[in-house]
Amino acid sequence: MSLTGLAKLPVMMRFALIGAAAILMSLMLAACGSEPPPAPAAPASQASSAPASAPAAAESDTIKVGILHSLSGTMSISETAVHDAELLAIEEINASGGVMGKQLEVVIEDGASDWPTFAEKARKLLQEDEVSVVFGGWTSASRKAMLPVFEANDGLLFYPVQYEGLETSPNIFYTGATTNQQIVPAIEYLLGEGKTKFYLLGSDYVFPRTSNLIINKQLAAAGLEAVGEEYTPLGHTEYSTVIAKIRSAEPDVVFNTLNGDSNVAFFKQLKDAGITAEDLPTISVSVAEEEITGIGADNIAGHLVAWNYFQTTDTPENVKFVSAFKAKYGTNRVTDDPIEAGYFGVYLWKAAVEKAGTTEVAAVKEAAKGIQFAAPGGMVTIHDSNQHVSKTVRIGSVRDDGQIDEIWNSGAPVVPDPYLDSYAWAAGLRELAQ
Amino acid sequence: MTTRSSIMDAVRTVSAPARIHPAIGAWLAPAIMLAVLLLAPSVLSDFRIALLGKFLTFAMLALSLNLIWGYAGMLSLGHGVFFGLGGYAMAMYLKLESAGGKLPDFMFWSGLTELPIFWAPFKYAWFAFPMTFIVPAVLAGALGYLVFRSRITGVYFALITQALALIVSILFIGQQAYTGGTNGITNYTTIFGHSLNAPSMQITLYYVSVAALAVAYLLCWWLISSRLGRLLVAMRDDENRVRFSGYDPAVLKTIVFSLSAGIAGVAGALFTPQVGIISPSMMGIVPSIEIAIWVAVGGRGVLLGAILGAIVVNGAKSGLSESFPAVWQYFLGLLFIGAVLLFPAGIMGLFKRENWQRPWWLSTSQVRSTIRGLIPGGRNDRQ
Repeated sequence: MSLTGLAKLPVMMRFALIGAAAILMSLMLAACGSEPPPAPAAPASQASSAPASAPAAAESDTIKVGILHSLSGTMSISETAVHDAELLAIEEINASGGVMGKQLEVVIEDGASDWPTFAEKARKLLQEDEVSVVFGGWTSASRKAMLPVFEANDGLLFYPVQYEGLETSPNIFYTGATTNQQIVPAIEYLLGEGKTKFYLLGSDYVFPRTSNLIINKQLAAAGLEAVGEEYTPLGHTEYSTVIAKIRSAEPDVVFNTLNGDSNVAFFKQLKDAGITAEDLPTISVSVAEEEITGIGADNIAGHLVAWNYFQTTDTPENVKFVSAFKAKYGTNRVTDDPIEAGYFGVYLWKAAVEKAGTTEVAAVKEAAKGIQFAAPGGMVTIHDSNQHVSKTVRIGSVRDDGQIDEIWNSGAPVVPDPYLDSYAWAAGLRELAQ
Repeated sequence: MTTRSSIMDAVRTVSAPARIHPAIGAWLAPAIMLAVLLLAPSVLSDFRIALLGKFLTFAMLALSLNLIWGYAGMLSLGHGVFFGLGGYAMAMYLKLESAGGKLPDFMFWSGLTELPIFWAPFKYAWFAFPMTFIVPAVLAGALGYLVFRSRITGVYFALITQALALIVSILFIGQQAYTGGTNGITNYTTIFGHSLNAPSMQITLYYVSVAALAVAYLLCWWLISSRLGRLLVAMRDDENRVRFSGYDPAVLKTIVFSLSAGIAGVAGALFTPQVGIISPSMMGIVPSIEIAIWVAVGGRGVLLGAILGAIVVNGAKSGLSESFPAVWQYFLGLLFIGAVLLFPAGIMGLFKRENWQRPWWLSTSQVRSTIRGLIPGGRNDRQ
């Protein structure tokens, strides 16, 4: 019926018709949400109205897994690449026969760089789609928003990014580095190099704040004190004042925990101020190959970074991984630490499920203890109790082409210690954090 | 007194609050909506009900904005702040309950060693709950009085409220030790000792939201049908004439702005326990503008329109992002453009008699007047 035709009807009728249409529309929207979206990696999807009493995975030919990263908003630049790596791993697994003979069916959701949205989508994946596992998150804020959802619904989250530690959720596996696998060894390395005057610069949120809390304790134990500590809001781009402060404090090294766009501004302005990496080296813990592309390699060449993996890391697994990633997404793409951690997280979960013989969360967690995988960055092992992974620590120097040359590594994988229990100077952190 | 009452008469005849058939506007449509909301839990899954519960808090927020924008012509682009303040007051209570006498986690990592004084009373529900209304209402009252006394209206008022949104969100991000910074406040799990994530609690919170929305609706409806409501419309259409009739527009506007902020605060307080997090991302400029979009899509100047708009837009947002995670924002954008072109007076505008005479999207003058009407201070917003 045309709208002009509608106009001839009495008011009440019009109301009823349009009301019915509106209700229909919202129901359709709700319904199209509850149906599983087309899965790129696998066909056939089971009805979402499967009886809740029986575990969904047990009776179908596929296993549902969720991917939850920001595909829109400010974080999408970083998170899309991790999402790509996880999809790559899932495709590889499906191509080689799946998990326990079942194909993986992916449900993708967009966290939209918004923390309440992460909580909503996590709840949707667990309650509506009943996925066996979710790979997702980047910022600590998104993880903190998802944590209560995973704990309340007894879900499983693989979180792929280095973070500030002091957390162990029974429902999260942390495949990125905790502090003793990145920040603490980086400080130890710098102390070993004879640096004594540290300037701490970070974005103003939980990761830099907590990192610097830990660094200050570590420096105090070495009889030192930071010569300056400065925080700028996320997205801050004006660093001339900060650079002037750094100049007057005359540090040996700047420990950089800035995040996102701020790094672009900071390194450009540092170079413009005539300060080179030889004059004043910086070490960054949130700048990887992907970010270097944005900063411009010539702005940051010679500066240091601390991670567990570089694209240049020399393992047979990495050669295979980098070529597969480039073949799928383009030769101009780079890989980096969180991308690698997202990728091997899928394989760790697969190994745990196959050992457990089921996707049931408690059994998978139990089976995951001690699971090993030859990741592109070297052997990784899931810890028996804290659900973090052992990984090799690497410090590198940025090259002119944006790649990173490794200049030091820990030799063997470092056992994760999120509460820093094995460090005398960190005593009391666990009590405060819990 | 004769002048006053004659003005009131004129106001009554010139701009009745809504041009929908009175019987529908007054009780039938809201009654149908209430019935649908009350029956929803029997057809929707637990997750969808929790989601709808969240949308209802947005509906209440849109209602509060519609009260001042739709009826009094004051476009506030800072309503996210009032929603956020209510949400934070509630989150402080929940966080202290979950922390069980210990220092909340974010205070510890920000270097605090004891609970700040202003946090302490929020451990009592009798203090925290009223504060979800009082804090935003007092802030809006103070700001409003200063602004309205200086006879700042229209687009300038919108800009000032937008600045408020920017200032408060920066303040909350910067004061990490006291507010949780960008993370906001999260990881609280119980209310009055009951788990917030239990399905029964989700349903309870849903019904509480329905009830709160119903109460807010009745309050707004009573207000706009009262003398104050007619004065609001009169002020929107000609503030000077109201002033010359012996009323003080500054006081009247302050009262209604403050009330609107209070309702927004209560909406925020209901949002926090259902979603499990409150963060500055809820109170910045972008979410504050989004609220105006809900109202515009639903139909500004009709109470029910705001509610419908908030539910439809957020439903579309969730539904589209679930079905098309990579490109959903384009669809949402198309939806907004379509809504402006096809239903310039919002969904509720479809029920208005004059919109049915001919296909309205062919009438450029109507589209133009609608766009003009969306701009605060634009006079021709009633066609």
